[in-house]
Amino acid sequence: MSGEGRALRVLVAVAVMGGLVLPILAGFAQTLGAAFGILTAIGAVEWSLAPWYQLMALPGFGTSLRLSLVTGVGATVLALLLATGFFALMHGRMGHGAIGRGAMPFLAAPHAALAIGLAFLLAPSGWIARLLSPALTGWDRPPDWATVNDGWGLALIVGLLIKEVPFLLLVIGSALGQLPLRQHMAAGRALGYGRGAVWVKVIMPQVYPLIRLPIFIVLAFSLSVVDMAIILGPSNPPTLAVAITRWFYATDTALILPASAAALMQAAVVAAAVAAWIAAERVAKRLGLWWLRRGGRGRRAAPGLWLAGSVVGILMVLGVLALAGLVLWSFAWRWSFPQALPQSWSVKGWLTPESGWGRALRATLIIGSSVTAASLLLAIAWLEGEDRARRGRAGWAQALIYLPLLVPQIGFLYGLNVLFLKIGVSGGMLAVVWAQMLFVFPYVMIALSDPWRALDRQHLRAAAALGAGPWRRLMVVKLPMLVRPVLAAAAIGFAVSVAQYLPTLFMGAGRVATLTTEAVTLAGGSDRRVVGVYAVLQAGLPFLAYGVALLVPAVVYRNRRGLLGGAA
Amino acid sequence: MSLDLQDVAVGPKGGAPLFDAISLSVAPGEVATLMGPSGIGKSTLLDAIGGHLAHGFIVTGSVRLNGRCVLGLPAEARRIGVLFQDAMLFPHLSVGDNLAFGLARSVRGVARRLAVDAALEQAGLAGFAGRDPATLSGGQRARAALMRALLAQPEALLLDEPFSRLDAELRAEIRGFVFEHLRKCGIPGLLVTHDASDADAAGGMVVNL
Repeated sequence: MSGEGRALRVLVAVAVMGGLVLPILAGFAQTLGAAFGILTAIGAVEWSLAPWYQLMALPGFGTSLRLSLVTGVGATVLALLLATGFFALMHGRMGHGAIGRGAMPFLAAPHAALAIGLAFLLAPSGWIARLLSPALTGWDRPPDWATVNDGWGLALIVGLLIKEVPFLLLVIGSALGQLPLRQHMAAGRALGYGRGAVWVKVIMPQVYPLIRLPIFIVLAFSLSVVDMAIILGPSNPPTLAVAITRWFYATDTALILPASAAALMQAAVVAAAVAAWIAAERVAKRLGLWWLRRGGRGRRAAPGLWLAGSVVGILMVLGVLALAGLVLWSFAWRWSFPQALPQSWSVKGWLTPESGWGRALRATLIIGSSVTAASLLLAIAWLEGEDRARRGRAGWAQALIYLPLLVPQIGFLYGLNVLFLKIGVSGGMLAVVWAQMLFVFPYVMIALSDPWRALDRQHLRAAAALGAGPWRRLMVVKLPMLVRPVLAAAAIGFAVSVAQYLPTLFMGAGRVATLTTEAVTLAGGSDRRVVGVYAVLQAGLPFLAYGVALLVPAVVYRNRRGLLGGAA
Repeated sequence: MSLDLQDVAVGPKGGAPLFDAISLSVAPGEVATLMGPSGIGKSTLLDAIGGHLAHGFIVTGSVRLNGRCVLGLPAEARRIGVLFQDAMLFPHLSVGDNLAFGLARSVRGVARRLAVDAALEQAGLAGFAGRDPATLSGGQRARAALMRALLAQPEALLLDEPFSRLDAELRAEIRGFVFEHLRKCGIPGLLVTHDASDADAAGGMVVNL
């Protein structure tokens, strides 16, 4: 073990522990204190259970909790069933690459932009109603229906599905690469099982353990999502995470204590849901084995698969229409109700950055690039440290990377903000960048780890044999060879940063406005044309980043065939 | 029961066929052998007969199994079993459940367990029902795979180099075991191999692609 490698690893460990793990723990500790009556900032100094009693007595608390559970667990179960059904149906008819490419735009589009587009599409005065009216519906004014912000949270579930199904499709697709899929398919069919039956009985049980962690991430996210739930979810009472956000920001500061108790409860809800999911896995395994042992060839399962496939198709169409609708609105001038398209167009919204979006765009770009650069640097340092130590990653280190994606943001962000206030960094760019890094770094790390390890070590041994030291090997051999995955990881990091809502809202303390916070704030009541501009910009930036990540290596390495085909 | 190939050729859609069209007939219990250099398309031909052809490939000619034309049927309806180079036991199921996977739905309840136990016994694997397939030796895996294929009561069996991973001694033993079962059950077999000793042991017609 070289001394230099050790220095690098110590540096990375200090940065990860101090910069990422400690803030999460400290934020939780602060929330914990406030939940039991201790928050010196508002003069609360006595331990008590009062915040919990207050929370139980808050109007709508029970409903909020139920709504969170129904929408969160419902969306996750449906997303898994739909993704499985879609693959069972489409596998063999469509390459995995094609499925992955099809999923990409939905992954790139931020939750908030997609939610706004969906609201503009599904609302009683939305695009769908306009396309059908008055010819099919006879409406010349929007009906008084709650198709968005409905009391059951159906619109929220649809919104979550449009984001989570493509994510699971991508994850399942990459897990399939590790299985001898063709032979298992042939072996199953040679025994008389239909395609769909082989998929469900043979392939999926092998895929499931490989996608378990991403499923937990989907579950945790769906249970605690804030931005999408504000835009699409029930409004009074809202889901728990939205209610907590409102309580934290209520004019009555006394609500901060019960809000902290609720934030802890939100974390407990996620933990309980994961535990319940694990218990359900056991039951499902038993039932599945019983069903499998009966030896049915699955000819009757086909209608179910077609249903799943069609629902996924409909979700994709909704997603595309939602994004297209945003662009339409941003260029609309006059678009009165039953018209299918705007009657007159205008670029006015786009020509007046001083109306607010110019500043928000600048802030988004500055924060996004700083967070991405810092996360990328830390990820490369971590991976290089592993290389120099010549050892793999310990299980606990791997768990550490996933930690911020599994604990609900609201559980520790407000507490962390209180700490940031104490050390005097709250309300500034630095605080926002720091808080966003907690959620961007894991994705950058996950995206970069596999291609980094897949690099052929012989090249490095050859370089070392030619006298290149560790730094030269990194700068001249590794990084240039890994340009595609490094840029892809950067694009993912940037997209995640652009989409962040809660960290920006809490740490910015109202002084840092990004496209996301502005879009969510405006989504409620404002002019659709104005919101359209914000949402298009918010959705456009990630697409731009992915475009750059694809284009740059293709141009730089246009004469290097060996570097163009590989993993990205 | 017999497997009849008439002018069968396989190739990429819109491209030249991989080999000259072949015709052959395999009688019940007989094992015919396909030989030829690597890459000529022997395994692709088996894929075509079994219904597992990859996207973008087409097959011409006719394949009849006991007089019924199978090329228009999906793989699961052809009643044609396959043995691969790797046994392809499903890793998430026990050895017994792997065998039971081949049993028809009409075999119910206790009869299923008895059928599996009997098959394991024949394969010299009595008492292995609860085992993880990953703990079996190469020869045990090959025998279990054959039993799984036979429990599905196929009308023909395709053998895609199933012995090539086994060492010489084991190879002769497993080969004998497979061929004897095919003879006993009166199932026509079609073997793809690189090894002339496989063809000799099969004893049937040899076709060079």
